[in-house]
Amino acid sequence: MAVTEEIRPNADALLHAAPPRRPANMGQILRWTLLFLGGIAMVMPIAYMISTSLKWPHEVYNLQLIPDEPHLENYTYVLEDGRFYGWFINSIVIAVVTTVSNVLFDSLVGYTLCKFRFPGRYIVFIAILSTLMIPTEMLVIPWYLMSQQLGWLDTYWGIMFPGLMTAFGTFLMKQFFETVPDDFIEAARIDGLNELQIWWTVAMPLVKPALAALAIFVFLGNWTAFIWPLIVTNSVEMYTLPVGLSSFGDEADVAWELIMTGAAISTIPTLVVFLIFQRYIIQGVVMAGLKG
Amino acid sequence: MADLSIRDLVKRYDKTQVLHGISLDVQDGEFVVFVGPSGCGKSTTLRMIAGLEEITSGEVSIAGRVVNNLEPKERDIAMVFQNYAIYPHMTVRKNIGFGLRTAKMPRADKERRIDEVAVILGMTDLLDRKPSQLSGGQRQRVAIGRAMVRDPAVFLFDEPLSNLDAQLRTQMRLEIKKLHQRVGNTIIFVTHDQVEAMTMADRIVIMKDGHIQQVGTPSDVYHQPANTFVARFIGAPSMNMLPGVVGNGGKIRLDSGAEVTLDTGATPGQAVVVGVRPEDLYPNDGPALVRGPVLVREPLGAETLIYVGREGEEVIAKADGRTPPEVGEEVTLTAALGNLHIFDAETGEALR
Repeated sequence: MAVTEEIRPNADALLHAAPPRRPANMGQILRWTLLFLGGIAMVMPIAYMISTSLKWPHEVYNLQLIPDEPHLENYTYVLEDGRFYGWFINSIVIAVVTTVSNVLFDSLVGYTLCKFRFPGRYIVFIAILSTLMIPTEMLVIPWYLMSQQLGWLDTYWGIMFPGLMTAFGTFLMKQFFETVPDDFIEAARIDGLNELQIWWTVAMPLVKPALAALAIFVFLGNWTAFIWPLIVTNSVEMYTLPVGLSSFGDEADVAWELIMTGAAISTIPTLVVFLIFQRYIIQGVVMAGLKG
Repeated sequence: MADLSIRDLVKRYDKTQVLHGISLDVQDGEFVVFVGPSGCGKSTTLRMIAGLEEITSGEVSIAGRVVNNLEPKERDIAMVFQNYAIYPHMTVRKNIGFGLRTAKMPRADKERRIDEVAVILGMTDLLDRKPSQLSGGQRQRVAIGRAMVRDPAVFLFDEPLSNLDAQLRTQMRLEIKKLHQRVGNTIIFVTHDQVEAMTMADRIVIMKDGHIQQVGTPSDVYHQPANTFVARFIGAPSMNMLPGVVGNGGKIRLDSGAEVTLDTGATPGQAVVVGVRPEDLYPNDGPALVRGPVLVREPLGAETLIYVGREGEEVIAKADGRTPPEVGEEVTLTAALGNLHIFDAETGEALR
């Protein structure tokens, strides 16, 4: 009895005591610090973008984050400027068409390279991959000459054609199709589907996460593309958002508050695209139909 | 329903030949099981019948029609895969109905067929579920349903039970057998499990290294194995193989010193192997086929496996489960002469 009575208070104390503090680990401190700094580095540009969009022109070069007199005049100005809608529509059309095109054609080529055995398959794959090594800056001149000869300068087609299919997308999709077991394809073949039907009905739904990732990459890439649209467009009406926004201001001054306002508005579609597709990325659907 | 015929089937991948001209006739409505170790060519044969592998040479006929150059969908076959291959993004109903996608029939008829198959497989309540919500056995049943719904001439099963646990495998084995009795279609079933082969097949095709070793009923291949490979492959535990030499008057002197007298047709001096199944060995005080201490006991409940003899040369015998001999106990085992199998030691072919 005596022993029990002695032990009980100690047990209660242990139950209600806070968990013992472990001495801070240096590695952990370093990790958290790096993560914190990384977070700051990512958030600050967005914070300054929104902050600047709420400032008056004379405050723009004042680096304080909270404006002295925040206002929405810049948003009113940009949204009432007819050019902005045109650029917005241009960017939407170009980003959507190139995204759809990439999702379809990159996956079609990736699927073919992955699931069909034909002579030269490896060479074709390497040839496609090797184009990844050529920087855009080197390609814009041939692209421009092609556009000029085909009469595509200052047209949607001219802006879009270099990005309608990408080597990166083809590579990404090929790698994802590798995870689709051949049994699925063969089962569909026995069930009487032709090769195009198998690709569309069986293989594509199984790589939805990859398609979503590709859609996000391509959409963002084209939405923010600057150099090529700047080169290939001449008329203000054909500008895309990034090109159009950069033209705010005059020769003497750059209207940063308006550029930042336009940039803030232009992030909305990218957020929408991300929110639509991100749930597919975190879905692992392929394995569910296989052995448990 | 239809018969199936394979003539001199050869498969070569570059320089490697994996099938060496096999021939087989399968009767209409027959349940034939291809069995053999990994790499024996059984799955390749099945895939060539299905049209998923090109035929290097030879001929495959289904219902009297040569199908070598036909697409899989034109062969009137259905296949169930080892990994089920049911589509994770479709419900059970859609998965089962997938086989009818290209069939030219009214939608109502398709739905009726799917419902009929679901009733047969006991899956009516699961039709709206996705594969991720099903157990392994249920997934395999969906895969079978997708094959059944098309009512094909020939069903092809490629190791469909190997991903299931032992209990479920036994249950599915029975279900497939019942299904065959009910629908009566021709079935070609590939497995590496000799128990599956024995329990399900009308006829078993035993393969090794791209050659057919023996074709026969389960009873044939068990009681009259064509060679040492078949003898050891069929039956668990494997048949004991006792080397010996033929003497005069049909006497075979085993390396262990024991002697048996049998009419084998072998010539005196010929090296032979005497095969005896563990279940055919029994304790006897008379002439011994095997004599020695019990090295290991493996209790299985109804019976106990005992390993008898010298280390490295032990034979396996089945002893009574209630009163098995103790480890170290000296035992004498013999077998009825009619249960002994004699093989040529050099070729492995059966002599009787």
